Amino acid sequence: MADLSTKFAGIRSPNPFWLASGPPANCGEQVMRAFDAGWGGAVWKTLGEPIVNVSSRYSSVDWNGQRMMGLNNIELITDRPLDVNLREIAEVKKRYPNHAVIASLMVESKRQAWHDIVRRSEDAGSDGLELNFGCPHGMSERGMGSAVGQVPEYAEMITGWVKEAARTPVLVKLTPNVTDIRAIARAAKRAAADGLSAINTINSITGIDLDTLVPRPFVNHASSHGGYCGPAVKPIALHMIQQIAADPDSALPISGIGGISGWREAAEFMLLGAGTVQVCTAVMHYGFRIVEDMIDGLSNWMDSKGFATLDDFRGRSLPNLTEWQHLDLNYKIIARIHPEKCIGCCLCYVACWDGAHQCIHMDRAGNRHVAPQTLEAESRRSLAFTPVNVPAPDPNLTPPHRIPRVDEEECVGCNLCMLVCPVDGCITMERVDNGLPSQSWSQRMGESR
Amino acid sequence: MPSLNRQEIAGHFAEIHPPFTQQAALAEANRCLFCFDAPCTIACPTHIDVPGFIKKISTANLRGSALTILDSNILGLSCSRVCPVEVLCEGSCVLHRYNQRPIEIGRLQRHAMDHFYDTGAKLPVRNRKPRMRSIACVGAGPASLACAAELARRGYSVTVFDSRPYAGGLNTYGVAEYKLRPDDSLKEVELVHSLGVTFELNTEVGVSVPLETLEQVYDLIFLGLGLGPTESLGLKGVGVKGVVDALTLIADYKTAGNIQIGRRVAVIGGGNTAIDAACAAARLGAEEVLILYRRGRDQMPAFEFEFERAQSDGVRFHWLTVARSVKTGGDGRVTALECVRMDLGASDASGRRAPTAIAGSEFLLECDMVIPSIGQTRLVEFLSRCRNVELRDGCVVTDPHTGRTTNPMFYAGGDCVNGGLEVVDAAAGGKRAAIAMAAHLEEQHG
Repeated sequence: MADLSTKFAGIRSPNPFWLASGPPANCGEQVMRAFDAGWGGAVWKTLGEPIVNVSSRYSSVDWNGQRMMGLNNIELITDRPLDVNLREIAEVKKRYPNHAVIASLMVESKRQAWHDIVRRSEDAGSDGLELNFGCPHGMSERGMGSAVGQVPEYAEMITGWVKEAARTPVLVKLTPNVTDIRAIARAAKRAAADGLSAINTINSITGIDLDTLVPRPFVNHASSHGGYCGPAVKPIALHMIQQIAADPDSALPISGIGGISGWREAAEFMLLGAGTVQVCTAVMHYGFRIVEDMIDGLSNWMDSKGFATLDDFRGRSLPNLTEWQHLDLNYKIIARIHPEKCIGCCLCYVACWDGAHQCIHMDRAGNRHVAPQTLEAESRRSLAFTPVNVPAPDPNLTPPHRIPRVDEEECVGCNLCMLVCPVDGCITMERVDNGLPSQSWSQRMGESR
Repeated sequence: MPSLNRQEIAGHFAEIHPPFTQQAALAEANRCLFCFDAPCTIACPTHIDVPGFIKKISTANLRGSALTILDSNILGLSCSRVCPVEVLCEGSCVLHRYNQRPIEIGRLQRHAMDHFYDTGAKLPVRNRKPRMRSIACVGAGPASLACAAELARRGYSVTVFDSRPYAGGLNTYGVAEYKLRPDDSLKEVELVHSLGVTFELNTEVGVSVPLETLEQVYDLIFLGLGLGPTESLGLKGVGVKGVVDALTLIADYKTAGNIQIGRRVAVIGGGNTAIDAACAAARLGAEEVLILYRRGRDQMPAFEFEFERAQSDGVRFHWLTVARSVKTGGDGRVTALECVRMDLGASDASGRRAPTAIAGSEFLLECDMVIPSIGQTRLVEFLSRCRNVELRDGCVVTDPHTGRTTNPMFYAGGDCVNGGLEVVDAAAGGKRAAIAMAAHLEEQHG
């Protein structure tokens, strides 16, 4: 079985799965139950001066009947007294010495305030520090959180103050609410941060109640923008991880965050260079128990791929990402519909006509190159009588006239039909040998000069 | 014999397709793939935009969903309950080939229709200018209701005539209670009424109002009169106590007060109505219900799911059996059926193997109630009085796309044309005729 143990920026944990700083890591009792369930580490709910929260605090985006595709929160940092949190950190470390406990920190932008909280957190036994420069709501209005993380000079200055006092590794948590996340990552690296955590939540308004016309979540008759997370943000987070990992001036050990709810996403973050991953929304949705499949699934995948340790595949996908100008313009694929798998929904046909390049046709049972609207109008003029299925056709066979056909001369290989097809493996994209050598746009421009 | 009143009767007919809760409807609607040029829509005789109305359920636009249904089929409520969806929309669902679980289209349609009727059943007012032309519909069943609604929505003045006290035809009188209740049928009648359609009930065309009067008063006439009473087919003894044809039995338990059911009931016939009658007898207290069918199970015209319902209601089948005569006791009541066993020979005109009696196989089947359900007669006597309207096998000959008969003043649809299909077929026939009639009138009169 694969070895999932991790050493990240000098912090050891039995596996790379950490609770992100948030409600699941609010108190010692939760963190200990999480460790019992299998989590390898926890970044404590951000410590700082006591705050007061509002109710309500969360809102979400559902999609096609699935809950919480994205989650938005307007909750602030911990609302528990600092000494209580520190006492619980000490208790957790005493009982779980091999698990990683990271103190997330956010205080006002004063050198002494940062020195004090660094010392107290480390005295309590935390294995590392995560500087919350990312929280995009509430705290930022008070000059903290993303207000720091959006200005490279502030981020560098405060990271520097922390490094003056810190004896444990210092991670800087980055906000995605910037034009180029590398600017802040470079500032952290200049200030000698030991690692980065990315991404924090994304500025968001999840939706509006169409009866009251008040955006969610409501606090009496008003709302405020919040921070967005959950499965919906994964692609944005992956892109930012890659930007950091591929930039020599930014590159530090990265703890990946953003929409990770299973082992597959964890593997993806690591393939782009993440050393550990942090999870919050998925735990808020389903509980600590989800880590069991994360561990199990990741190690099974590693076994199947022949990866013995996490280092065997960390960053392995980075070389496969390049700029558009280096992609091969002569690489040609086309869509192929496998009739035996087609169920006859015609979603590829209408998608290609209305959303792509008009190269899928309903002409297997006769030569009818017609637009979707024409085809539909013909159907509506047809006569049907009960029962339509007598003599009963085999319900497992799609009638030939319902199976679309790809015009392979016209197909541009865009993938859209394959993406909309509900059946796995029914539409495949297949390589066409056009006899042309590989040539990128930059090569072509170079030749033409 | 057990005797039941209306409430007791209703209590024995729990709906076979109970409604969805809001949450269940949403979950089911979200499973729909939203096929393009969807097979379910093509399969529906009225071509309801099925993915369209399901999509609207998924976006909580229930009124829009209902209006999408009603736009194609004004009888969306009854069809959602009585349609044999297994051989129509649901039978065509592509999910049969995906995960073997077709969308429950019938129940989703019911969900939208229930919302529509529970929230006032208001159709949008279309500002169509009233047209000076009027149409008579003969019969107030599904075909005429669909025809009348379509014409009324286009601004025409429509009068529907029916000999019975309630409109709705078989929807009110002839559909098994566990599928559709009379109240629901009458809600639909009221919806058509709300469009401005006039109903002349207890008015039999050709008796209380002469056909010639209709021809003089109305621009066009739609024949939607359905079929006649159940066939007797030479069964000796029809008319004695304890012999009740299937449609009369169903009409009585649905709309009359009391009903008496035998202890041992024999239903004769192998169609869907025979099953409805047999299930009714079982639910109304019969101790034993038998269905006698002259061919075998494989040849039975009833749908498979109807057969299964009969089995689950405890109905037993006597295949290859024909009832020849009814035996009565001293009080004049049924005591037995004289039956004979059949054998299947060569294929007949219908393509099915013809049954022939096995000599010497006669036997007596004891029973105290007999329910013949061997098809309905054609209303040839009335139809032959409609001048120049051609009939074939007792059914009106029409152009299938327009419902136009061989007399351009007469259009027709429903059972009197197709010989007896489903409510949705009648609705489609009535609508197609209405569209053609409107086109004809516009062409003639602008």
